[in-house]
Amino acid sequence: MIDGPKNRRAPKIDGYALFWGAPLALWQLAFFLAPLVFLVVMTFWTVKNFRLTADFDTVNWVSLFSKSYVIDTYFRTLWYGALAAIGCSVLAFPASYALAFKASPTIQRICIFMFITPFFTSYLVRIYTWQTVLYGNGALNVVFSYVGLGPFEFLNTLFGTLVGYLTLTLPLVILLQYFSMSNIDRNLIEAAHNLGCGRLRTVFMVIVPSAKTGIILAGTFAFILCFGDLVSPTFLGGGKPLTLSILIVDSVKQGNQWPRAAVVAVVMVLTLIVVAFTALYFAYRVKKPKT
Amino acid sequence: MSIDRVIAYLLRSWLLLALIFVFTPIIISFIFSFSPKHYPTLPLGGFSTGWYEKIATEATVLPAFINSIKAGVIVAVISTFIGFAAAYTDYRYRFFGKNFYLALALLPPTIPVLILGLVMLIYLSRISLVGELHSVVFAHVVYCIPFAMALIRLRLAQMNPDLESAAWNLGANSWRAMRDVILPFTLPSIFAALALTMAVSFDEYMIAFFTSGISETLPVRVLVFLGGRVSPRINAVGSVVFTISMALVILAQILLLRRRGGERAAA
Repeated sequence: MIDGPKNRRAPKIDGYALFWGAPLALWQLAFFLAPLVFLVVMTFWTVKNFRLTADFDTVNWVSLFSKSYVIDTYFRTLWYGALAAIGCSVLAFPASYALAFKASPTIQRICIFMFITPFFTSYLVRIYTWQTVLYGNGALNVVFSYVGLGPFEFLNTLFGTLVGYLTLTLPLVILLQYFSMSNIDRNLIEAAHNLGCGRLRTVFMVIVPSAKTGIILAGTFAFILCFGDLVSPTFLGGGKPLTLSILIVDSVKQGNQWPRAAVVAVVMVLTLIVVAFTALYFAYRVKKPKT
Repeated sequence: MSIDRVIAYLLRSWLLLALIFVFTPIIISFIFSFSPKHYPTLPLGGFSTGWYEKIATEATVLPAFINSIKAGVIVAVISTFIGFAAAYTDYRYRFFGKNFYLALALLPPTIPVLILGLVMLIYLSRISLVGELHSVVFAHVVYCIPFAMALIRLRLAQMNPDLESAAWNLGANSWRAMRDVILPFTLPSIFAALALTMAVSFDEYMIAFFTSGISETLPVRVLVFLGGRVSPRINAVGSVVFTISMALVILAQILLLRRRGGERAAA
Protein backbone atom coordinates (compact mmCIF):
# COMPACT_ATOMS: atom_id res chain seq x y z
CA MET A 1 0.00 0.00 0.00
CA ILE A 2 2.98 2.29 -0.30
CA ASP A 3 2.94 2.43 -4.05
CA GLY A 4 2.12 6.11 -4.08
CA PRO A 5 -1.25 7.82 -4.26
CA LYS A 6 -3.73 5.71 -6.12
CA ASN A 7 -5.38 6.89 -9.24
CA ARG A 8 -8.91 7.44 -7.94
CA ARG A 9 -10.40 7.46 -11.39
CA ALA A 10 -9.21 4.10 -12.61
CA PRO A 11 -9.23 1.61 -9.76
CA LYS A 12 -9.28 -2.02 -10.75
CA ILE A 13 -12.61 -3.79 -10.99
CA ASP A 14 -12.58 -6.25 -8.10
CA GLY A 15 -15.04 -7.86 -5.73
CA TYR A 16 -15.42 -4.59 -3.89
CA ALA A 17 -16.36 -2.68 -7.03
CA LEU A 18 -18.82 -5.38 -8.07
CA PHE A 19 -20.45 -5.39 -4.64
CA TRP A 20 -21.38 -1.73 -5.05
CA GLY A 21 -21.87 -1.59 -8.79
CA ALA A 22 -23.84 -4.73 -9.45
CA PRO A 23 -27.03 -4.35 -7.34
CA LEU A 24 -28.39 -1.46 -9.38
CA ALA A 25 -27.56 -3.10 -12.70
CA LEU A 26 -29.13 -6.41 -11.66
CA TRP A 27 -32.27 -4.89 -10.16
CA GLN A 28 -32.98 -2.48 -13.01
CA LEU A 29 -32.23 -5.10 -15.67
CA ALA A 30 -34.57 -7.57 -13.98
CA PHE A 31 -37.38 -5.22 -13.00
CA PHE A 32 -37.13 -2.26 -15.36
CA LEU A 33 -35.43 -3.06 -18.65
CA ALA A 34 -36.68 -6.62 -18.99
CA PRO A 35 -40.30 -5.58 -18.37
CA LEU A 36 -39.99 -2.80 -20.96
CA VAL A 37 -38.56 -5.22 -23.53
CA PHE A 38 -41.32 -7.65 -22.71
CA LEU A 39 -43.87 -4.88 -23.23
CA VAL A 40 -42.64 -4.47 -26.81
CA VAL A 41 -42.77 -8.24 -27.35
CA MET A 42 -46.30 -8.31 -25.97
CA THR A 43 -47.52 -5.89 -28.65
CA PHE A 44 -47.15 -8.72 -31.17
CA TRP A 45 -49.14 -11.24 -29.15
CA THR A 46 -52.77 -11.96 -29.80
CA VAL A 47 -55.86 -12.59 -27.73
CA LYS A 48 -57.87 -15.61 -28.79
CA ASN A 49 -61.06 -16.43 -26.92
CA PHE A 50 -60.02 -14.05 -24.15
CA ARG A 51 -56.75 -15.94 -23.78
CA LEU A 52 -53.38 -14.37 -24.31
CA THR A 53 -51.37 -16.26 -26.91
CA ALA A 54 -47.68 -15.87 -27.70
CA ASP A 55 -47.53 -14.91 -31.33
CA PHE A 56 -45.85 -12.67 -33.85
CA ASP A 57 -48.66 -10.74 -35.41
CA THR A 58 -48.86 -7.06 -36.23
CA VAL A 59 -52.65 -7.16 -35.91
CA ASN A 60 -52.70 -5.00 -32.77
CA TRP A 61 -50.65 -2.27 -34.38
CA VAL A 62 -52.65 -2.35 -37.60
CA SER A 63 -56.07 -2.45 -35.98
CA LEU A 64 -55.33 0.33 -33.50
CA PHE A 65 -53.83 2.67 -36.05
CA SER A 66 -56.61 2.11 -38.54
CA LYS A 67 -59.20 3.39 -36.07
CA SER A 68 -59.74 7.10 -36.41
CA TYR A 69 -60.73 7.55 -32.75
CA VAL A 70 -57.35 6.16 -31.67
CA ILE A 71 -55.53 8.64 -33.89
CA ASP A 72 -57.79 11.42 -32.57
CA THR A 73 -57.08 10.33 -29.00
CA TYR A 74 -53.36 10.37 -29.66
CA PHE A 75 -53.39 13.94 -30.93
CA ARG A 76 -55.83 15.03 -28.23
CA THR A 77 -53.51 13.69 -25.52
CA LEU A 78 -50.55 15.43 -27.17
CA TRP A 79 -52.58 18.64 -27.26
CA TYR A 80 -53.67 18.31 -23.60
CA GLY A 81 -50.07 17.70 -22.56
CA ALA A 82 -48.82 20.68 -24.58
CA LEU A 83 -51.63 22.89 -23.30
CA ALA A 84 -50.85 21.91 -19.70
CA ALA A 85 -47.10 22.38 -20.16
CA ILE A 86 -47.37 25.78 -21.83
CA GLY A 87 -50.26 26.98 -19.65
CA CYS A 88 -48.52 25.90 -16.48
CA SER A 89 -45.21 27.48 -17.54
CA VAL A 90 -46.92 30.79 -18.34
CA LEU A 91 -48.94 30.81 -15.11
CA ALA A 92 -45.93 29.79 -13.05
CA PHE A 93 -43.54 32.34 -14.49
CA PRO A 94 -44.74 35.51 -12.68
CA ALA A 95 -44.84 33.56 -9.41
CA SER A 96 -41.32 32.15 -9.75
CA TYR A 97 -40.11 35.55 -10.95
CA ALA A 98 -41.59 37.21 -7.88
CA LEU A 99 -40.02 34.52 -5.70
CA ALA A 100 -36.59 34.96 -7.28
CA PHE A 101 -36.45 38.74 -7.48
CA LYS A 102 -39.12 40.28 -5.24
CA ALA A 103 -38.91 38.21 -2.06
CA SER A 104 -36.57 38.27 0.93
CA PRO A 105 -34.36 35.23 1.57
CA THR A 106 -36.59 34.15 4.48
CA ILE A 107 -39.74 34.34 2.33
CA GLN A 108 -37.89 32.42 -0.38
CA ARG A 109 -36.99 29.63 2.02
CA ILE A 110 -40.54 29.41 3.37
CA CYS A 111 -42.04 29.40 -0.12
CA ILE A 112 -39.65 26.68 -1.30
CA PHE A 113 -40.68 24.53 1.64
CA MET A 114 -44.35 25.23 0.89
CA PHE A 115 -44.00 24.30 -2.77
CA ILE A 116 -42.23 21.06 -1.78
CA THR A 117 -45.01 20.08 0.64
CA PRO A 118 -47.52 18.98 -2.07
CA PHE A 119 -45.12 16.27 -3.24
CA PHE A 120 -45.83 14.54 0.04
CA THR A 121 -49.57 14.79 -0.08
CA SER A 122 -51.50 12.24 -2.03
CA TYR A 123 -52.27 13.47 -5.53
CA LEU A 124 -55.39 11.27 -5.45
CA VAL A 125 -56.68 12.96 -2.33
CA ARG A 126 -56.08 16.39 -3.82
CA ILE A 127 -57.99 15.43 -6.97
CA TYR A 128 -60.83 14.07 -4.88
CA THR A 129 -60.95 17.35 -2.96
CA TRP A 130 -61.10 19.28 -6.24
CA GLN A 131 -64.08 17.10 -7.14
CA THR A 132 -65.92 18.13 -4.01
CA VAL A 133 -64.94 21.77 -4.53
CA LEU A 134 -65.85 21.92 -8.23
CA TYR A 135 -69.09 19.95 -8.49
CA GLY A 136 -72.49 21.56 -9.03
CA ASN A 137 -73.24 22.39 -5.37
CA GLY A 138 -69.61 22.41 -4.36
CA ALA A 139 -67.75 25.05 -2.41
CA LEU A 140 -66.64 27.05 -5.46
CA ASN A 141 -70.17 27.44 -6.80
CA VAL A 142 -71.38 28.40 -3.31
CA VAL A 143 -68.77 31.16 -3.30
CA PHE A 144 -69.89 32.26 -6.76
CA SER A 145 -73.56 32.27 -5.69
CA TYR A 146 -72.70 34.75 -2.91
CA VAL A 147 -71.75 37.26 -5.59
CA GLY A 148 -74.73 36.30 -7.72
CA LEU A 149 -72.94 34.21 -10.34
CA GLY A 150 -73.23 30.66 -11.53
CA PRO A 151 -73.69 27.87 -10.93
CA PHE A 152 -71.03 26.84 -13.41
CA GLU A 153 -70.27 23.37 -14.67
CA PHE A 154 -66.61 22.84 -13.78
CA LEU A 155 -66.55 19.09 -13.41
CA ASN A 156 -66.35 16.74 -16.39
CA THR A 157 -65.00 19.48 -18.61
CA LEU A 158 -61.60 20.32 -20.05
CA PHE A 159 -61.39 23.01 -17.39
CA GLY A 160 -61.65 20.34 -14.70
CA THR A 161 -58.92 18.26 -16.33
CA LEU A 162 -56.67 21.31 -16.56
CA VAL A 163 -57.20 22.14 -12.87
CA GLY A 164 -56.02 18.61 -12.14
CA TYR A 165 -52.98 18.93 -14.43
CA LEU A 166 -52.10 22.23 -12.77
CA THR A 167 -52.39 20.61 -9.33
CA LEU A 168 -49.94 17.97 -10.50
CA THR A 169 -47.39 20.27 -12.13
CA LEU A 170 -47.52 23.82 -10.74
CA PRO A 171 -45.32 23.29 -7.64
CA LEU A 172 -42.63 21.47 -9.64
CA VAL A 173 -42.62 24.02 -12.46
CA ILE A 174 -42.42 26.97 -10.06
CA LEU A 175 -39.53 25.37 -8.18
CA LEU A 176 -37.55 24.55 -11.33
CA GLN A 177 -38.12 28.01 -12.83
CA TYR A 178 -37.18 29.61 -9.52
CA PHE A 179 -33.93 27.66 -9.21
CA SER A 180 -32.89 28.59 -12.74
CA MET A 181 -33.71 32.26 -12.18
CA SER A 182 -32.11 32.56 -8.77
CA ASN A 183 -28.78 31.62 -10.37
CA ILE A 184 -28.83 34.53 -12.81
CA ASP A 185 -26.02 37.00 -12.28
CA ARG A 186 -27.69 40.15 -10.92
CA ASN A 187 -25.05 42.31 -12.60
CA LEU A 188 -26.46 41.21 -15.95
CA ILE A 189 -29.87 42.65 -15.06
CA GLU A 190 -28.29 45.77 -13.64
CA ALA A 191 -26.31 46.22 -16.83
CA ALA A 192 -29.43 45.87 -18.96
CA HIS A 193 -31.15 48.55 -16.87
CA ASN A 194 -28.18 50.87 -17.08
CA LEU A 195 -28.11 50.49 -20.84
CA GLY A 196 -31.69 51.71 -20.94
CA CYS A 197 -33.41 48.35 -21.40
CA GLY A 198 -37.07 48.52 -20.32
CA ARG A 199 -38.61 46.21 -17.72
CA LEU A 200 -40.41 43.87 -20.07
CA ARG A 201 -37.52 43.89 -22.47
CA THR A 202 -35.14 42.94 -19.64
CA VAL A 203 -37.39 40.01 -18.77
CA PHE A 204 -37.56 38.68 -22.30
CA MET A 205 -34.08 39.59 -23.54
CA VAL A 206 -32.03 38.89 -20.40
CA ILE A 207 -33.87 36.82 -17.80
CA VAL A 208 -35.74 34.33 -19.97
CA PRO A 209 -32.69 33.48 -22.13
CA SER A 210 -30.50 33.10 -19.03
CA ALA A 211 -33.02 30.82 -17.34
CA LYS A 212 -33.81 29.00 -20.60
CA THR A 213 -32.59 25.58 -19.51
CA GLY A 214 -34.68 25.53 -16.34
CA ILE A 215 -37.78 26.91 -18.05
CA ILE A 216 -37.66 24.32 -20.84
CA LEU A 217 -36.93 21.45 -18.45
CA ALA A 218 -39.83 22.53 -16.22
CA GLY A 219 -42.20 22.60 -19.18
CA THR A 220 -40.95 19.20 -20.32
CA PHE A 221 -41.56 17.67 -16.91
CA ALA A 222 -45.06 19.15 -16.93
CA PHE A 223 -45.67 17.59 -20.33
CA ILE A 224 -44.36 14.19 -19.23
CA LEU A 225 -46.50 14.18 -16.10
CA CYS A 226 -49.72 15.30 -17.80
CA PHE A 227 -49.29 13.21 -20.94
CA GLY A 228 -49.31 10.03 -18.87
CA ASP A 229 -51.74 11.08 -16.16
CA LEU A 230 -54.83 8.95 -15.70
CA VAL A 231 -56.39 10.53 -12.64
CA SER A 232 -57.22 14.08 -13.76
CA PRO A 233 -58.89 13.22 -17.09
CA THR A 234 -60.82 10.41 -15.40
CA PHE A 235 -62.02 12.01 -12.20
CA LEU A 236 -62.10 15.70 -13.12
CA GLY A 237 -62.58 15.45 -16.89
CA GLY A 238 -65.21 12.73 -16.56
CA GLY A 239 -63.34 10.20 -18.71
CA LYS A 240 -64.60 11.83 -21.90
CA PRO A 241 -63.16 12.64 -24.33
CA LEU A 242 -60.62 9.85 -24.16
CA THR A 243 -56.94 10.27 -23.47
CA LEU A 244 -54.30 7.61 -24.13
CA SER A 245 -54.08 6.67 -20.46
CA ILE A 246 -57.84 6.07 -20.31
CA LEU A 247 -57.54 4.07 -23.53
CA ILE A 248 -54.96 1.80 -21.85
CA VAL A 249 -57.19 1.17 -18.85
CA ASP A 250 -60.23 0.57 -21.08
CA SER A 251 -58.32 -1.93 -23.23
CA VAL A 252 -57.37 -3.88 -20.13
CA LYS A 253 -60.80 -3.77 -18.54
CA GLN A 254 -62.70 -4.71 -21.68
CA GLY A 255 -61.81 -8.21 -22.78
CA ASN A 256 -58.26 -8.43 -21.50
CA GLN A 257 -56.81 -6.62 -24.48
CA TRP A 258 -53.33 -6.55 -22.97
CA PRO A 259 -51.52 -6.46 -26.33
CA ARG A 260 -53.50 -3.39 -27.38
CA ALA A 261 -52.76 -1.69 -24.08
CA ALA A 262 -49.12 -2.56 -24.70
CA VAL A 263 -49.21 -0.93 -28.15
CA VAL A 264 -50.61 2.28 -26.67
CA ALA A 265 -48.01 2.17 -23.89
CA VAL A 266 -45.14 1.69 -26.36
CA VAL A 267 -46.40 4.57 -28.48
CA MET A 268 -46.60 6.75 -25.37
CA VAL A 269 -43.06 5.88 -24.26
CA LEU A 270 -41.70 6.55 -27.76
CA THR A 271 -43.49 9.90 -27.86
CA LEU A 272 -42.08 10.85 -24.47
CA ILE A 273 -38.57 9.90 -25.56
CA VAL A 274 -38.85 12.06 -28.69
CA VAL A 275 -40.28 14.99 -26.72
CA ALA A 276 -37.66 14.66 -23.96
CA PHE A 277 -34.71 14.57 -26.38
CA THR A 278 -36.08 17.44 -28.46
CA ALA A 279 -36.51 19.48 -25.29
CA LEU A 280 -33.02 18.60 -24.06
CA TYR A 281 -31.61 19.69 -27.41
CA PHE A 282 -33.26 23.08 -27.15
CA ALA A 283 -32.56 23.42 -23.43
CA TYR A 284 -28.81 22.95 -23.76
CA ARG A 285 -28.30 24.32 -27.25
CA VAL A 286 -25.76 27.12 -27.31
CA LYS A 287 -26.75 29.79 -29.75
CA LYS A 288 -23.95 30.72 -32.09
CA PRO A 289 -23.25 34.43 -31.86
CA LYS A 290 -24.50 36.33 -34.88
CA THR A 291 -21.71 37.62 -37.04
CA MET B 1 -40.42 54.51 -8.42
CA SER B 2 -44.08 54.01 -7.61
CA ILE B 3 -44.81 51.99 -10.76
CA ASP B 4 -42.02 49.62 -9.73
CA ARG B 5 -43.80 49.17 -6.45
CA VAL B 6 -47.12 48.43 -8.10
CA ILE B 7 -45.48 45.82 -10.30
CA ALA B 8 -43.75 44.26 -7.31
CA TYR B 9 -47.08 44.07 -5.45
CA LEU B 10 -48.81 42.53 -8.43
CA LEU B 11 -46.07 39.93 -8.82
CA ARG B 12 -46.16 39.07 -5.12
CA SER B 13 -49.95 38.75 -5.23
CA TRP B 14 -49.57 36.33 -8.12
CA LEU B 15 -47.13 34.29 -6.04
CA LEU B 16 -49.66 34.30 -3.20
CA LEU B 17 -52.39 33.16 -5.61
CA ALA B 18 -50.17 30.27 -6.73
CA LEU B 19 -49.66 29.26 -3.09
CA ILE B 20 -53.40 29.45 -2.47
CA PHE B 21 -54.10 27.29 -5.52
CA VAL B 22 -51.56 24.70 -4.39
CA PHE B 23 -52.81 24.60 -0.81
CA THR B 24 -56.56 24.80 -1.45
CA PRO B 25 -57.06 21.04 -1.96
CA ILE B 26 -54.68 20.17 0.88
CA ILE B 27 -56.36 22.39 3.47
CA ILE B 28 -59.91 21.78 2.29
CA SER B 29 -59.37 18.03 2.44
CA PHE B 30 -58.26 18.44 6.02
CA ILE B 31 -61.29 20.61 6.90
CA PHE B 32 -63.80 18.42 5.07
CA SER B 33 -62.50 15.34 6.88
CA PHE B 34 -64.27 16.75 9.94
CA SER B 35 -67.50 17.52 8.10
CA PRO B 36 -70.52 15.42 9.07
CA LYS B 37 -72.05 15.68 5.59
CA HIS B 38 -71.74 13.12 2.85
CA TYR B 39 -71.47 15.86 0.24
CA PRO B 40 -69.32 18.38 2.07
CA THR B 41 -69.73 21.98 0.95
CA LEU B 42 -69.95 25.48 2.42
CA PRO B 43 -71.09 26.18 5.11
CA LEU B 44 -69.60 23.15 6.84
CA GLY B 45 -72.58 22.41 9.09
CA GLY B 46 -70.94 21.01 12.19
CA PHE B 47 -67.92 19.11 13.38
CA SER B 48 -67.58 15.38 13.45
CA THR B 49 -64.87 12.76 13.66
CA GLY B 50 -67.25 10.28 12.06
CA TRP B 51 -65.15 9.66 8.95
CA TYR B 52 -62.13 8.84 11.10
CA GLU B 53 -64.17 6.38 13.13
CA LYS B 54 -65.46 4.94 9.89
CA ILE B 55 -62.02 4.31 8.42
CA ALA B 56 -60.76 2.98 11.76
CA THR B 57 -63.47 0.35 11.80
CA GLU B 58 -63.67 -0.38 8.10
CA ALA B 59 -62.36 -3.84 7.32
CA THR B 60 -60.47 -2.84 4.18
CA VAL B 61 -58.62 0.22 5.45
CA LEU B 62 -56.52 -1.14 8.28
CA PRO B 63 -55.00 -4.06 6.34
CA ALA B 64 -54.28 -1.65 3.47
CA PHE B 65 -52.61 0.70 5.90
CA ILE B 66 -50.47 -2.10 7.33
CA ASN B 67 -49.57 -3.27 3.81
CA SER B 68 -48.51 0.28 2.94
CA ILE B 69 -46.28 0.52 6.00
CA LYS B 70 -44.74 -2.89 5.35
CA ALA B 71 -44.11 -2.17 1.67
CA GLY B 72 -42.83 1.32 2.52
CA VAL B 73 -40.26 0.07 5.03
CA ILE B 74 -38.98 -2.73 2.80
CA VAL B 75 -38.87 -0.47 -0.27
CA ALA B 76 -37.03 2.21 1.70
CA VAL B 77 -34.34 -0.20 2.89
CA ILE B 78 -33.74 -1.89 -0.48
CA SER B 79 -33.88 1.23 -2.64
CA THR B 80 -31.66 3.20 -0.25
CA PHE B 81 -29.07 0.41 -0.27
CA ILE B 82 -29.11 0.14 -4.06
CA GLY B 83 -29.23 3.93 -4.42
CA PHE B 84 -26.22 4.26 -2.13
CA ALA B 85 -24.30 1.57 -3.97
CA ALA B 86 -25.06 3.18 -7.34
CA ALA B 87 -24.20 6.68 -6.12
CA TYR B 88 -20.89 5.42 -4.74
CA THR B 89 -20.15 3.57 -7.99
CA ASP B 90 -20.87 6.72 -9.96
CA TYR B 91 -18.69 8.74 -7.56
CA ARG B 92 -15.69 6.46 -7.55
CA TYR B 93 -15.56 4.55 -10.82
CA ARG B 94 -15.38 5.35 -14.46
CA PHE B 95 -16.16 2.43 -16.71
CA PHE B 96 -17.41 1.37 -20.11
CA GLY B 97 -21.17 1.84 -20.43
CA LYS B 98 -21.43 4.23 -17.54
CA ASN B 99 -23.95 6.42 -19.34
CA PHE B 100 -26.18 3.41 -19.89
CA TYR B 101 -25.74 2.49 -16.23
CA LEU B 102 -26.80 5.97 -15.12
CA ALA B 103 -29.73 5.98 -17.53
CA LEU B 104 -30.94 2.71 -16.00
CA ALA B 105 -30.69 4.33 -12.60
CA LEU B 106 -32.38 7.63 -13.37
CA LEU B 107 -34.95 6.96 -16.10
CA PRO B 108 -37.83 5.26 -14.25
CA PRO B 109 -39.52 8.46 -13.00
CA THR B 110 -39.81 9.76 -16.57
CA ILE B 111 -42.00 6.81 -17.56
CA PRO B 112 -45.65 7.45 -16.61
CA VAL B 113 -46.59 5.47 -13.51
CA LEU B 114 -49.59 4.07 -15.35
CA ILE B 115 -47.26 2.46 -17.89
CA LEU B 116 -44.80 1.30 -15.23
CA GLY B 117 -47.71 -0.34 -13.45
CA LEU B 118 -48.99 -1.98 -16.62
CA VAL B 119 -45.50 -3.15 -17.58
CA MET B 120 -44.83 -4.61 -14.16
CA LEU B 121 -48.16 -6.39 -14.07
CA ILE B 122 -47.64 -7.98 -17.49
CA TYR B 123 -44.06 -8.94 -16.69
CA LEU B 124 -44.50 -10.17 -13.13
CA SER B 125 -47.56 -12.22 -14.07
CA ARG B 126 -45.45 -14.02 -16.69
CA ILE B 127 -42.88 -15.01 -14.08
CA SER B 128 -45.65 -15.73 -11.55
CA LEU B 129 -44.66 -13.10 -9.04
CA VAL B 130 -47.76 -10.92 -9.22
CA GLY B 131 -50.56 -10.17 -6.82
CA GLU B 132 -48.62 -10.14 -3.58
CA LEU B 133 -47.04 -7.41 -1.57
CA HIS B 134 -43.59 -8.35 -2.87
CA SER B 135 -44.64 -7.44 -6.41
CA VAL B 136 -45.40 -3.92 -5.19
CA VAL B 137 -41.95 -3.89 -3.58
CA PHE B 138 -40.15 -4.96 -6.80
CA ALA B 139 -41.83 -2.20 -8.77
CA HIS B 140 -41.59 0.52 -6.13
CA VAL B 141 -37.87 -0.06 -5.63
CA VAL B 142 -37.33 0.58 -9.36
CA TYR B 143 -39.22 3.83 -9.00
CA CYS B 144 -37.56 4.91 -5.72
CA ILE B 145 -33.89 4.19 -6.50
CA PRO B 146 -33.39 7.46 -8.44
CA PHE B 147 -34.58 9.53 -5.48
CA ALA B 148 -32.27 7.77 -3.03
CA MET B 149 -29.37 7.83 -5.46
CA ALA B 150 -29.75 11.56 -6.19
CA LEU B 151 -29.79 12.50 -2.49
CA ILE B 152 -26.75 10.40 -1.62
CA ARG B 153 -24.84 11.41 -4.76
CA LEU B 154 -25.32 15.09 -3.84
CA ARG B 155 -23.83 14.38 -0.43
CA LEU B 156 -20.88 12.50 -1.94
CA ALA B 157 -20.22 15.46 -4.22
CA GLN B 158 -19.58 17.57 -1.11
CA MET B 159 -16.92 15.17 0.10
CA ASN B 160 -13.26 15.89 -0.39
CA PRO B 161 -12.16 13.07 -2.72
CA ASP B 162 -8.75 12.99 -1.07
CA LEU B 163 -10.30 11.72 2.19
CA GLU B 164 -10.82 8.24 0.82
CA SER B 165 -7.38 8.13 -0.81
CA ALA B 166 -5.86 9.32 2.46
CA ALA B 167 -7.47 6.40 4.28
CA TRP B 168 -6.06 3.98 1.71
CA ASN B 169 -2.60 5.47 2.04
CA LEU B 170 -2.82 5.10 5.79
CA GLY B 171 -3.26 1.40 5.25
CA ALA B 172 -7.02 0.97 5.24
CA ASN B 173 -8.34 -1.41 2.63
CA SER B 174 -11.35 -0.43 0.53
CA TRP B 175 -13.87 -1.95 2.96
CA ARG B 176 -12.31 -0.27 5.95
CA ALA B 177 -12.28 3.10 4.16
CA MET B 178 -15.93 2.61 3.27
CA ARG B 179 -16.81 1.89 6.90
CA ASP B 180 -14.74 4.61 8.52
CA VAL B 181 -14.82 7.40 5.93
CA ILE B 182 -17.60 7.14 3.35
CA LEU B 183 -20.39 5.76 5.53
CA PRO B 184 -20.09 8.26 8.38
CA PHE B 185 -19.93 11.12 5.91
CA THR B 186 -23.01 10.05 3.95
CA LEU B 187 -25.02 8.85 6.93
CA PRO B 188 -27.40 11.85 7.12
CA SER B 189 -28.21 11.54 3.43
CA ILE B 190 -28.80 7.81 3.91
CA PHE B 191 -31.38 8.54 6.60
CA ALA B 192 -32.91 11.26 4.43
CA ALA B 193 -33.11 8.80 1.53
CA LEU B 194 -34.78 6.21 3.78
CA ALA B 195 -37.46 8.72 4.80
CA LEU B 196 -37.97 10.08 1.29
CA THR B 197 -38.25 6.70 -0.44
CA MET B 198 -40.63 5.48 2.24
CA ALA B 199 -42.80 8.58 1.70
CA VAL B 200 -42.76 8.07 -2.09
CA SER B 201 -43.68 4.41 -1.80
CA PHE B 202 -46.31 5.17 0.82
CA ASP B 203 -48.09 7.58 -1.54
CA GLU B 204 -47.71 5.75 -4.83
CA TYR B 205 -51.03 4.36 -6.03
CA MET B 206 -50.83 3.58 -9.76
CA ILE B 207 -48.09 0.95 -9.79
CA ALA B 208 -49.48 -0.50 -6.59
CA PHE B 209 -52.95 -0.58 -8.12
CA PHE B 210 -51.74 -2.76 -10.96
CA THR B 211 -49.41 -5.04 -9.05
CA SER B 212 -50.81 -5.42 -5.56
CA GLY B 213 -53.66 -7.80 -6.41
CA ILE B 214 -55.29 -8.85 -3.17
CA SER B 215 -52.62 -7.22 -1.01
CA GLU B 216 -53.77 -3.70 -1.74
CA THR B 217 -51.98 -0.76 -0.17
CA LEU B 218 -53.63 2.32 1.29
CA PRO B 219 -53.43 4.58 -1.80
CA VAL B 220 -54.94 1.75 -3.84
CA ARG B 221 -57.82 1.66 -1.40
CA VAL B 222 -58.24 5.42 -1.94
CA LEU B 223 -58.32 4.81 -5.69
CA VAL B 224 -61.04 2.22 -5.16
CA PHE B 225 -63.00 4.67 -3.00
CA LEU B 226 -62.53 7.30 -5.70
CA GLY B 227 -63.88 4.94 -8.35
CA GLY B 228 -67.00 4.55 -6.20
CA ARG B 229 -67.60 8.29 -6.50
CA VAL B 230 -68.14 10.58 -3.55
CA SER B 231 -66.72 9.24 -0.34
CA PRO B 232 -65.56 11.66 2.35
CA ARG B 233 -63.58 8.78 3.85
CA ILE B 234 -60.90 9.80 1.36
CA ASN B 235 -60.44 13.07 3.24
CA ALA B 236 -59.87 11.23 6.50
CA VAL B 237 -57.47 8.74 4.91
CA GLY B 238 -55.68 11.59 3.13
CA SER B 239 -55.24 13.57 6.32
CA VAL B 240 -53.76 10.58 8.11
CA VAL B 241 -51.40 9.85 5.21
CA PHE B 242 -50.43 13.51 4.94
CA THR B 243 -49.54 13.63 8.63
CA ILE B 244 -47.35 10.54 8.32
CA SER B 245 -45.64 11.72 5.13
CA MET B 246 -44.94 15.16 6.57
CA ALA B 247 -43.55 13.57 9.74
CA LEU B 248 -41.14 11.57 7.56
CA VAL B 249 -40.14 14.62 5.53
CA ILE B 250 -39.58 16.79 8.57
CA LEU B 251 -37.56 13.99 10.11
CA ALA B 252 -35.41 13.88 6.96
CA GLN B 253 -35.01 17.68 7.08
CA ILE B 254 -33.96 17.63 10.73
CA LEU B 255 -31.41 14.90 10.04
CA LEU B 256 -29.90 16.87 7.17
CA LEU B 257 -29.94 20.19 9.05
CA ARG B 258 -28.55 18.76 12.27
CA ARG B 259 -25.64 17.36 10.32
CA ARG B 260 -25.02 20.69 8.63
CA GLY B 261 -25.24 22.46 11.99
CA GLY B 262 -22.77 19.98 13.45
CA GLU B 263 -20.29 20.70 10.69
CA ARG B 264 -20.58 24.41 11.23
CA ALA B 265 -19.92 23.89 14.93
CA ALA B 266 -16.90 21.76 14.15
CA ALA B 267 -15.48 24.21 11.67
